[in-house]
Amino acid sequence: MRIVLAEDHALLRDGMTRLLQAHGFTVIAAVDNGTDLLQALTERRPDVAVVDVRLPPSFTDEGLQAALAARRQIPGLPVLVLSQYVEQLYARELLADGAGGIGYLLKDRVSSTDEFLDAVRRVAAGGTAMDPAVISRLLARNAKGKPLARLTQREHDVLALMAEGRSNAAIAQGLIIGEGAVGKHIANIFAKLDLPPSDSDNRRVRAVLTYLNR
Amino acid sequence: MSSPFAAWARRGWVAAGRGLALFGGSLLAVLLAVTLALAVVSVAWVVLVPPTVMAVRRLANRARRLADAWAGVHIPAPYLPQPLNGGPKRFWRRWTWIVRDPATWRDLLWLLVDPIIGAFLAGLPAAVIAYGLFGLAQPIVWQPIVDAGGSNWYGMIHVDSQPAAWLAAVLGAGVVLLGLAIGPASLLLHAQFTRSLLAPTPAVLAQRVRHLTETRADAVDAQAAELRRIERDLHDGAQAGLVAVGMTLSAAEQLLADDPQAVRTLLGEAREASTKALNELRDLVRGIHPPVLADRGLGDAVRALALDSQLTVQVSVDVPGRLPPAVESAAYFAVSEVLVNAAKHSGAEQVWLDLRHHDVALRIRVTDNGRGAAEIGHGTGLHGIQRRLATFDGTLALTSPPGGPTTVTMEVPCALSSPKTTLSSETE
Repeated sequence: MRIVLAEDHALLRDGMTRLLQAHGFTVIAAVDNGTDLLQALTERRPDVAVVDVRLPPSFTDEGLQAALAARRQIPGLPVLVLSQYVEQLYARELLADGAGGIGYLLKDRVSSTDEFLDAVRRVAAGGTAMDPAVISRLLARNAKGKPLARLTQREHDVLALMAEGRSNAAIAQGLIIGEGAVGKHIANIFAKLDLPPSDSDNRRVRAVLTYLNR
Repeated sequence: MSSPFAAWARRGWVAAGRGLALFGGSLLAVLLAVTLALAVVSVAWVVLVPPTVMAVRRLANRARRLADAWAGVHIPAPYLPQPLNGGPKRFWRRWTWIVRDPATWRDLLWLLVDPIIGAFLAGLPAAVIAYGLFGLAQPIVWQPIVDAGGSNWYGMIHVDSQPAAWLAAVLGAGVVLLGLAIGPASLLLHAQFTRSLLAPTPAVLAQRVRHLTETRADAVDAQAAELRRIERDLHDGAQAGLVAVGMTLSAAEQLLADDPQAVRTLLGEAREASTKALNELRDLVRGIHPPVLADRGLGDAVRALALDSQLTVQVSVDVPGRLPPAVESAAYFAVSEVLVNAAKHSGAEQVWLDLRHHDVALRIRVTDNGRGAAEIGHGTGLHGIQRRLATFDGTLALTSPPGGPTTVTMEVPCALSSPKTTLSSETE
């Protein structure tokens, strides 16, 4: 799998390159600024990009802007954005085009190697990987809304994991329940939130995130 | 003609021209004085006087600007800060603001005196030069004047022959030189005259000094308190967390050979502790300077606040460009505090947040549909915001009748940098 990596901190960039290569990914470009990133994304069209939000020269949201610009040119180009902070506003902007292949994670999630690599693969496959911090704040904001209050605690847990972009199997593993039970919970959640049922993992995640982002 | 002389003559010439422009300004002053007099005696004086007074202010500000630009005499504007535009009593607030300001009355005095003394000082060099030019023209114009039956005098010379006309021309040249010579001095005198009437009086300056001393003390106190809070948070939070990580790691190191299972547990704990320390650092930084504010400026930072709020917040932003960083930060935390207040106390479900920069001020209006009856009591959040905004000469006004709605209006005078248009409205 071909990866473009954007990270201005040299130690982190090298570390992440090594980590990715050790797990069978090919890092075709490792850049340290927004201009080079946009060029690498549009010219080399990686299978997935791993991008730090804050990059030189402006040290503002340069990485995010480059990722969004690249996705405007190449719709659905898979991008996993890493940041020291997660902002609802940025999550919303990333998800806005509805094309999938979006990840938005806190940078320290990289230290949980398996979960990080799983997120990279999920995004590359056109899926979603939202940070639990984004989802918990979305849920907290929606907590006062009546439909969400109708969910049981277990359904609530399933909803959170589903919104992060996890598959049924991953949710089942995370909550230590059977996959069948997960399917049943999800059907209940969709009924209670009045969302149209959907077989595809991706469409399902998008429906949930759109619902929470209202 | 030597070049120093040319430069001197040009200076005099330009000064005389500027004097003429100031003379024109004095004519405008006459016009305004008459308008004001008519406004005062008319039936609609209540409505007519404030705009006329504002027009006088604009003219006075023009005089201040020109004194600085043309004669290097700096005259600060003495007016009291404008009251907020909102609220039901805004018309009367505006009236009291105008009438109570001593600068208004000094402006009026200037309006009466400037057409006499100001106009004389400003117009003199141009008049002298014009008279000199008339002398220079004598050799050509004396004959037609005399033929027309005019009695033609130039100064003390009775011009009725060509030789007399030449003499008058010589005198005229001298008069032109005199006009050029007095030009800059007369401009300076005019500026000093303007300053004597339009500069802030010592009382106004003393009041301003008092205000600045007070708000500076507030700002310094607030900053010191903020630093103490940061120090405490670092000490109890991230610092303690990192110490714990270090201790856990050294425990793991000692067990490495004997008990790999325990080491695994300890490493897990260490990672958890480091994540917790990172989270605390993140929250701390968010409290010092929110990343979205740094990245995107006030508009998007406020949208981000709206997204995080428990309430449904409808945001509309019209701020074309970036504000000074200190104002951005103060405004951000003010909005944040008002939203938290609304969520905690008002019982509101919906908030409308309007943020716009117009003329020379940032205005933020936050309205909620809660139960109202909010007050700016001592020690409340709103009081704190009021004090912090005062550092920037900003103001906070509250209207909150029992039963709602509550509207908080904040205004901070400030300039914009790098104009770019961002105009949008959305519901978060």
